Amino acid sequence: MAIDKRIETAKEVISKIFDGAVIMVSGFGGAGFPNFLLEILRDAEPKELTLVANSATHPYSLTHSLIEAKMVRKVIVTAARGRGKELSPFEEQWRDGSIELECVPQGNFSERIRAGGAGIPAFYSPTGYGTDLAKGKETREINGKNCVLEEAITGDFALIRGDRADRFGNINFNTTQMNFAPAMATACEVTIAEVREAIDEALPTTDVHLPSVYVNHVVATGKEI
Amino acid sequence: MKPLNRNQIAWRAAQDIPDGNVVNLGLGMPVLVSNYIPSDRDVFLQSENGILGVGPEANELNINPNLVDAGSRKVTLRGGASLFDSANSFAMIRGGHIDITILGAFEVSISGDLANWDSRIPDKGPLVGGAMDLAVGAKSTWTMMQHNTKDGSPRLLNYCNLPLTAPKCVNRIYTDIAVVDVTNQGFMAIELLESITVEELNARTEAEISLASDCKPLQAPADLI
Repeated sequence: MAIDKRIETAKEVISKIFDGAVIMVSGFGGAGFPNFLLEILRDAEPKELTLVANSATHPYSLTHSLIEAKMVRKVIVTAARGRGKELSPFEEQWRDGSIELECVPQGNFSERIRAGGAGIPAFYSPTGYGTDLAKGKETREINGKNCVLEEAITGDFALIRGDRADRFGNINFNTTQMNFAPAMATACEVTIAEVREAIDEALPTTDVHLPSVYVNHVVATGKEI
Repeated sequence: MKPLNRNQIAWRAAQDIPDGNVVNLGLGMPVLVSNYIPSDRDVFLQSENGILGVGPEANELNINPNLVDAGSRKVTLRGGASLFDSANSFAMIRGGHIDITILGAFEVSISGDLANWDSRIPDKGPLVGGAMDLAVGAKSTWTMMQHNTKDGSPRLLNYCNLPLTAPKCVNRIYTDIAVVDVTNQGFMAIELLESITVEELNARTEAEISLASDCKPLQAPADLI
């Protein structure tokens, strides 16, 4: 049968996200947030999720709505500070101890995810050495450089945002929409991509930024962002 | 000359960027440096969300909502720009391919330790982003900061009080009253505001600070406000 990873609606695949699942969500600075999928996920209401995303509090990403709906048990992020002096819903739950926080330098964050998808269980990185974020981690001096052992991050579901896809699941990104999506897609069991348009014919090969092998489901939203 | 304002500090730092360099600008004051790079220098600005060659901020005519920089600003690309994912971007940063990173700072110690990511506001979440990777990975780390806190406390210290971003990483500091190099002999001012004596400079700096033998007056265009 001809391969076709396109789906009419994402409700059924999102409903497979189980309680306690580790989900990765792409996006940075307003670009590449899979908000169409996140809206469906919020309505599906799985509980005790571990959320792997750049920010726990970004106002344009609906990841914060999952936190507000008390669906998240732990976040692995590089940023968790709400804007302004008032505490964000994340910060309130963190203060109350109902949500766990693992704050990771962004380069270690992206490389841990990349390693997770590339079959590398852990690696030594100089980033974070001598700081609070390396506390309790194994360290080693390699060729005169102090390094911290960083373990790979893998997940159950990656939710990503692209621009165009084909029925094979190849993904093209619009400029900085790309950010964490390619690494996250490699590091998760199931990758669900929302895109502006999903076409019948194959994407021009040179336009493919994320190979089809990493993508399980594609849903078209018809929207620019 | 009065103490420099934010734009004047940015102008002063911009004058020191060598032709042909690759530079990453941190959030806040450092981003202003992009406005003042002398037109005879061909400089590539790197943005850690995946751009080498950030151009001017976008306007109504050329805006692409998916094209953002690390500060979430809608930007354009310069000629010769390239785009890549976050893991690749931090490989570029950690791998030593960035000539200069200019970061904001709360505190810098006499040995070049940097504290710029956690000001310990109670219950506010942390925000580390790419600061630790940039401080460790760039060939040179410069900081831009007010010489003292709002209540007049020094920020150029013997030891940092706030959580470290990275140990022994800062090479140069641009403040509102001086340009300071971090040397093996400690802080050395290479430029100082004419209205400030070396005694006053030392009173406003916790760690011992010396004047370079060829220390010049710190100046910036008066019309930058």
